Amino acid sequence: MERRNFLGWSAALGLALGLSGPAMAQDDFIVVQSTTSTQNSGLFEHILPMFEEQSGIEVRVVAVGTGQAIKNAANGDGDVLLVHAKPSEEKFVADGHGVARFDVMYNDFVIVGPASDPAGVAGTSDVVTALAKIADTEAPFASRGDDSGTHKAELRLWEQTGVDVAAASGNWYRETGSGMGATLNTGTAMGAYVMTDRATWISFGNKGDYTVAVEGDPKMFNQYGVILVSQEKHPNVKAELGQQFVDWIISEEGQAAIASYKIDGQQLFFPNAGD
Amino acid sequence: MDSFGSILTEAFGLILIWDPDLIEIIGLSLRVTLTAVIVACVIGLPLGAAVGAFRFPGRTIVAVVLNALMGLPPVVVGLMVYLMLSASGPLGPLQLLYTPMAMIIAQTILVTPIIAALTKQVVEDLHREYVEQFASLGVGPLDRVGALLWDARYSLLTVALAGFGRAVAEVGAVIIVGGNINHVTRVMTTTIALETSKGNLELALALGVVLLAIALFVNAAVMAVRASAVRAAYA
Repeated sequence: MERRNFLGWSAALGLALGLSGPAMAQDDFIVVQSTTSTQNSGLFEHILPMFEEQSGIEVRVVAVGTGQAIKNAANGDGDVLLVHAKPSEEKFVADGHGVARFDVMYNDFVIVGPASDPAGVAGTSDVVTALAKIADTEAPFASRGDDSGTHKAELRLWEQTGVDVAAASGNWYRETGSGMGATLNTGTAMGAYVMTDRATWISFGNKGDYTVAVEGDPKMFNQYGVILVSQEKHPNVKAELGQQFVDWIISEEGQAAIASYKIDGQQLFFPNAGD
Repeated sequence: MDSFGSILTEAFGLILIWDPDLIEIIGLSLRVTLTAVIVACVIGLPLGAAVGAFRFPGRTIVAVVLNALMGLPPVVVGLMVYLMLSASGPLGPLQLLYTPMAMIIAQTILVTPIIAALTKQVVEDLHREYVEQFASLGVGPLDRVGALLWDARYSLLTVALAGFGRAVAEVGAVIIVGGNINHVTRVMTTTIALETSKGNLELALALGVVLLAIALFVNAAVMAVRASAVRAAYA
C-alpha cells in the first residue's frame, strides 16, 4: 500500500510538472534565427514587444553565430533569418532556402584594445594599416574563430593586409571559437585586441580599461539583412506570419523602432531598408 | 570585479525582489529538470535493477556501456537531439525543437545512464544478500526487481539526486535544443551563459548562487522526506 502511494505520488508529480505551464500550445509564433549581437545588445527586447502588440504574433529568437543561424535555417528550423554576412545570405537565397533578402539596418565594427595600446594603433581610422601593425608587433589579437558574421568580416580584412593569420594561430593570433561576448571576456582578460560590432561593445558590461582603438573605416561597415525562409523548400515554415514580421521590420514603423533603441544616448543600429 | 560578498548580496536581492522573469526562469528550470529526472527514473531504475540482479550473456558489456554513458558530453547529446528534432530530421514533423519538451528529452538522455548505472551498483550489492532467500522462496524475476528496488529506495533517492544535479547544472544540451528563447526555453543555466556573454559577470555569478540555492533546497527537501519516511518505517 505504501509502495503504491509512493509511485502514485511520483506519477502525479510528473504529470503536474510535465503537462502544466505556459507556452506549450500557443500557435501564433515564429522562430527567428538571429545573431548574438542583436540579442546581447538588447535590440530585440526593445523592438519585438512593439511588433507583438500590433500583430499578435509572438517572436521567438534563437541567437547564435551567423554561421550556425544560417545552417539552422537551412535545416528548416526557423521561419525568418536575421543575420549579418551578406555573401552567405545571398548564397542562402540562391540555394533556394530563402525567399528574398532585404537590407534592414547597419552599424559598424570597431577594434577595441587595452589602454596600454601595445601595437600603437589607437586613433587609427585605417583598419588595414592598424591590423598590419598588430601583426608586425605580434600584439595579441583575439578572434571569434567561429564562422560568425563578425569572424567572416574580420577574415576579409586580414586578407587585405596579406597577413596569414592561420599561421599565427595559437601564437599572437588567438581563436576563441566562441560568441562575441565570450570573446570580449577572453580578449580583455589576456590584453588582446578584439574586433567587435559596436552594438555589442556599447552594451558590454565587462570593459575593464578597454577603449575603442580603431573606428571609422568604411571597410568596417556591418550590414544586417532579413530573409523569409522558403516554405517551398521547408513546408513547416510559417510563411504568412514570417512575412508579416519581414514586412514590419523593413516598414517605416519597424525602422523607426530600430532607430529609437539607444544605450547611454548612443544609437546602436541605423535602419537602412529600401536605401 | 566586485567582492564575493556583494555578489552574495545581489543574489539574495534577486530572490527577495521576486522578479517575475526570474521566477519564470526558475520555474522552467525545475519543471524541465524534475520531469527529466522522473522519466529517467522510470526507465533507469528497472533497467539498472535488472542488470544488477540478473546474470545474462553480455551483462558485463551492458554494465560497461552504462558506466561509459554517464560521461556523455551534454553538447553531443544536444546535437544528437537537435538532428533528430530538426525540421529536416526524422522527428521533425513533431515540431518539438525549441520547446521545453526538447529540453526534457535531452536531459532524460543525459540522466538515464547515471540513474541506471548507479542503481545497478546499489541493487547488485543488495541482491547478493537476498539471492538465497529469493531462491528458497521461489520469487519470480519481476517480483525480485520490485523487492530490490523497494528495499533500496532510500539509497535510490540519492541516485535520483545525482541525476538531478547533473541535469540542473548542464547548459550544453538545453541551449542547443531549447535555443535559450526568452519566456519559452530560457532556464537558469542558459541565462547564466547569456549574462556572461553580455559581460555582466556579477549578475551571472549571482544567478549561479541562486541556482545553487535551488539545488540545496531540492536536496534538503528530498532528504527531509527520506528521513521522515525512515522514521515512519521503523517507528
